[in-house]
Amino acid sequence: MNYREIIHTAWQSVLSNKLRSILTMLGVIIGVAAVIMMIAISAGTEATISEQINGLGSNLIFINESFNRGGPGQGPTNQKGGLKYSDVAAIRDQVSGIAGVAVEQSESSLTAKVNDITLEDLTLVGTTPDYTTVRELEVGSGRFFTDEEVTKASKVVVLGSSVAESLFPDGDPLGQVIMVNDVKLTVIGVLSPKGLVSGTDFDEQMYCPIQLVFKKFTPSMFARIVGDRVRMIYVSVADSTNMQNVINQITILLANRHKVSTDSLDFNIRTQDEIIATASSTTESFRTLLAGVAGVSLIVGGIGIMNIMLVSVTERTREIGLRQAIGATPLDIRVQFLSEALMLSLFGGILGVIVGVGGSYIFNAVGGMRTVVLPYSVFLSFLSAALVGIFFGYVPAKNAAELDPIVALRHE
Amino acid sequence: MEPKKKIIETINLMKTYGDGDNEVIAVNSISITITEGEFVAIMGPSGSGKSTLMNILACLDRPTSGQYILNGEDVSHHSRTELARIRGRELGFVFQSFNLLPRMTAIENVMLPLMYRPDKPTTMQERKEMAMKVLTSVGLGARADHLPSELSGGQQQRVAIARVLINDPILILADEPTGNLDTKSSEEIMDMLHELHDRGRTIVMVTHEPEIAAHTERILHIRDGRLHSDEKNGHHYARRVLQPIDMQPQKI
Repeated sequence: MNYREIIHTAWQSVLSNKLRSILTMLGVIIGVAAVIMMIAISAGTEATISEQINGLGSNLIFINESFNRGGPGQGPTNQKGGLKYSDVAAIRDQVSGIAGVAVEQSESSLTAKVNDITLEDLTLVGTTPDYTTVRELEVGSGRFFTDEEVTKASKVVVLGSSVAESLFPDGDPLGQVIMVNDVKLTVIGVLSPKGLVSGTDFDEQMYCPIQLVFKKFTPSMFARIVGDRVRMIYVSVADSTNMQNVINQITILLANRHKVSTDSLDFNIRTQDEIIATASSTTESFRTLLAGVAGVSLIVGGIGIMNIMLVSVTERTREIGLRQAIGATPLDIRVQFLSEALMLSLFGGILGVIVGVGGSYIFNAVGGMRTVVLPYSVFLSFLSAALVGIFFGYVPAKNAAELDPIVALRHE
Repeated sequence: MEPKKKIIETINLMKTYGDGDNEVIAVNSISITITEGEFVAIMGPSGSGKSTLMNILACLDRPTSGQYILNGEDVSHHSRTELARIRGRELGFVFQSFNLLPRMTAIENVMLPLMYRPDKPTTMQERKEMAMKVLTSVGLGARADHLPSELSGGQQQRVAIARVLINDPILILADEPTGNLDTKSSEEIMDMLHELHDRGRTIVMVTHEPEIAAHTERILHIRDGRLHSDEKNGHHYARRVLQPIDMQPQKI
């Protein structure tokens, strides 16, 4: 038999029992579509995450305290070390090529009051004037606080747009005084709406000089005395090609200031790209898991093919006997049934690709779920479908080929 | 006159099933020779071993011992694949139950054996033409596109004979070819076999009906696995005169 005859014979057989063929293919269709869609969904999630991280600002370097350098069981080894507020000024004054340095020390679960309006569970972000540059925020009305106000720990506050609307539904908030917990703060500015960026709603926060947070809002007495520990410093680099140079300068500067060697740093210094890479590796393992689960349904589809092929071999025993009698070799018979299984799985694969890609686009368009169809997922799932066809078609084809023509011809 | 070519030669052909105390001897030391152009009937009661003998002669089964020489080639120890090739190349089968593939039209059924002839590759178009020719020669040219279920028993058996002829076999094996047919159709089929015989075909037919066996020129009786008798058939069947039809072997 040449390949055209093989294809023709398999096609005739698939066609001769359309409903059964479609039902058999359904398992493969679902399996392939599931693999493509699962991968598309997780790729969509990943794209969203990297956009959010990029949305933090551009050319950002993140510096945070590193804990537990001593290894497991030894606890944090740098209780007294870590980042200090004074590091911010040092970076700003001594590192070249930076566009801004900002620091953030937030306190949450605060209550804000003005007249008879009370807002609960608010976050107050203690920071420095560069914050607007670094996080790409715009002041809608009024102004952001100055370096001088930071140094003096002035009791001023800049409101996120949503907070301003809630506290001052009909009036101009500028110049008004609000009570945050038991501290009176004067509103000097309101930010333009920024929205949700990687889980933080900038419109739902209030911003004040960091020194004020240290003095009035940091909860423990100990912290108030120690004063100026900060968890995170953001550095915005002026020119993205200069990134590594700035990182090196900061690393040396902070290592000197903290009196640690450069190979046992008490802080982490990372770029956006590194954070994106970390996030990607997480979603990637998530994606592998999803694809694996979807892959199981592909195997179930394969078992469906095997089932039907076994039934088909039994039903067509006489046909097999006749074909053997007129000259079909065991190999001819095996190829015939294997190609039939392969054809079912390939058609299932093609339909599965159509359903999977189409479904992903529909999800994207109307499902409110971002999906990105990756070409490799289409290729991979289609290839898997073909392999499933060969794998699960093997046993039925072998059974058919091993039939004794005498017994097969006598079969009722 | 040179001696006729031996088509079938068996030497002490044995076929046993099981072993030890359970051993059953189906074919017991049968030696026969059938030469080119003979029309032979194999007769015997059921269980006599005639079907087993037929299966071995048809290359569907292998003897336990002894030799089977088909057209000069010892096929006693051939593999399944080799036997399949020989069946495709040299043999043609006519079955009691026709064994046409139900989902294929008459012409597709006739074309089928050509698919398994790697030694003689043909194009689809060539096959169609050849199949049409043999179908016409058995008088079914007009029914080429009918499914077997749309044909009468006699017509189905004629399609089966066309399927045999397309391969130009050296030996035609017919297993109760009229067993499922009414008298009139049976006569038609026997006439057709006679016609083929007259054209020089070698035919071996298994039957349990003496009237059908009477059509042949030599009858082998098998009893208890042994060759009981091998006799020339004296009273030759008087054939009806048919419209002459083209029964030339198809050359491929």
